[in-house]
Amino acid sequence: MTVSVAVMLSVSTLAACGSGSASTASAGSTSTADSKAASATSLSDFGTMDDLVKAANAEGALNVIALPHDWSNYGEVISAFKKKYPKIKVNESNPNASSKEEIDAIKTNAGTDAAPDVVDVGLAVAATSTQYFAPYKVQAWDSIPDSLKDSTGLYHAGYTGIMSVGWNKDKYGSISSLDDLLDTKFAGTVALNGKPAEAGAAFNGFLMANALSGGSLTNLQPGLDFFKNLKDKGNLTQVDVTDGTIDSGQTGVVFDWTYNQASYKKSLKSKGVDWEYKTFPKAQVVSYYNQAVNKEAPHPAAARLWEEFLYTADAQNLWLKGGATPVLLSAMEKDGTVDKDILADQTQLEGDTISYTNDDSTRITAWLQSNWDKTIGN
Amino acid sequence: MSSISANNGRPLERAVRSRAMSPARRRSLGTAAVTIPFFSYVAAFLILPTGIVIVGAFLSPTNAFTLDNFSKLTQANTLESFCTSILVSILSAVIGAIAGALVAYALVIGAKPDGVIRRIIVALCSVLAQFGGVMLAFAFIATIGINGVVTMMLQQFFHITVSPNWLSSLPGLITVYCYFQIPLMIITFLPAMDSIRPQWREASESLGANSWQYWTSVACPILLPRFISATLLLFANSFSAYATAAALFSQRSIIVPLMIQGAIRNEMDPGQQGFAQVLAFAMIVVVAVVMVLSHAFEKSFAKWQ
Repeated sequence: MTVSVAVMLSVSTLAACGSGSASTASAGSTSTADSKAASATSLSDFGTMDDLVKAANAEGALNVIALPHDWSNYGEVISAFKKKYPKIKVNESNPNASSKEEIDAIKTNAGTDAAPDVVDVGLAVAATSTQYFAPYKVQAWDSIPDSLKDSTGLYHAGYTGIMSVGWNKDKYGSISSLDDLLDTKFAGTVALNGKPAEAGAAFNGFLMANALSGGSLTNLQPGLDFFKNLKDKGNLTQVDVTDGTIDSGQTGVVFDWTYNQASYKKSLKSKGVDWEYKTFPKAQVVSYYNQAVNKEAPHPAAARLWEEFLYTADAQNLWLKGGATPVLLSAMEKDGTVDKDILADQTQLEGDTISYTNDDSTRITAWLQSNWDKTIGN
Repeated sequence: MSSISANNGRPLERAVRSRAMSPARRRSLGTAAVTIPFFSYVAAFLILPTGIVIVGAFLSPTNAFTLDNFSKLTQANTLESFCTSILVSILSAVIGAIAGALVAYALVIGAKPDGVIRRIIVALCSVLAQFGGVMLAFAFIATIGINGVVTMMLQQFFHITVSPNWLSSLPGLITVYCYFQIPLMIITFLPAMDSIRPQWREASESLGANSWQYWTSVACPILLPRFISATLLLFANSFSAYATAAALFSQRSIIVPLMIQGAIRNEMDPGQQGFAQVLAFAMIVVVAVVMVLSHAFEKSFAKWQ
């Protein structure tokens, strides 16, 4: 109770602060629309798409967070949104924030204009942060597989990468199996993108190595043994992967999502380096990033318009172009809205995927917390 | 106090006194007002964050009171990080203190007090003592990292291969830390070296003491408290350093600040906010103890100045 009172107080203070600004005239008229927008759970609550666009235009802004332009092609996704809705100013903050930090931004900026309207978060964070989300079902709701969305619409999968190994082909030649990485030529240069018990990409990289080493979601020891072996050979580096470390050759082999590898490839090509990446049929690890609307979004209509936009064929094709597998891909293949040229160019899922529930991820994380540090080092 | 005593007087006296006091009181109010920016600064950037950390250490993810966060403090991983943190801080502080003190001594006997050499070195040290963070890490990566200039030269001309993981090892970290510890020691210890008066040496020599006796019985006892307090300062400086280590050890939490970062950023186990605050709380305790000790030694040095 006290929390909600505090929020109301801060909201009213803000409203008071803002009363001197130019928005005074529209403040009275949009206030009813705002509360309507904030409680809208689907497009029909606004009326038509035009009504939603009108309400979003009246708000005039959208706050997004943690969307690096080279991550799953978000740069083009954002500029396509801007082009389609030129009256909405997109405020991007802290592009390199982790999923956890996105939720922290909702908490610390609660009740202010700076709070993120929408978030793009990993499953573990999405499933444990539902109290911050507003339920909203996009028009394409029925095309999202049931296992990839919260049934009440609090969050829904957007896209996934496939876990892959990427490497500098000019320097190291080709790689056909994980065991190739134990060669001494890879001294100090093989990297996970983070620490498995902390970062989503590293967690999934671990699961891929585990699957290729003969493990499963319930038998994680083979994966750990592989990394221990890699470390004992002196090949594992624990430097964080950035474009900089890849450019400078500090990390020459990287376990990462296909959409990240695609952007490494693109940026390295201009520098004359052949960056190659591959996925393994027996270890198609996927983990969707989820979209959600902040319950107290400062721009509730724009937030919902953004969600609708992300689940259009245009935006899904842009994700696909960035090396990701968008959640509507199979639906789009059926109805023919997928961009065939882009599709032909992308790494496709082959065989069974390895995906896991939130309970699995909690259990595996706990296992890694107590075993990774002990074996690989703090 | 003055207002209370004024009220005790008889009415006339009170009136006279309060009239007499008012300009003084106004002055003291004015003096107090000048300090307001300072105290609000301290409140906003020191007291408030400390309070948030201490309160947060006792809160569960749902904001209820809990002691669970503290239970992780005694886990092997956490203890190891604390031990490594303290070890790195002690080693880099001791190396920095000894090397810095020797340089300070060399400057006092070898360079003129207002000479060019001394001024250049002091200026250089003031800059280098602040040269930390990502810049420092990058400077080392560019020099002796896997593709660093020196690494390449050693390989090309002498066929010596520097281990690519050396910078991300404890000896590597301590070496990097010494880069700012030694200059910091020089600038904090130089005034103490300067305060040793030549007359003391002359006096001890005229009483028949040799050099060894002068150093063990006169100079060292005087300098020791300042030396220890400066070493403690270096300890705290390295104990709280974060960005350099974060750039060199990005995926490991071998020291406590990195463990805090891990707990804050964690995507796979988001409920670790409280644990991060417990770690920060424990760091505050360590630094507070060090500062109290340092202050005590500093006081016993003060009588010689």
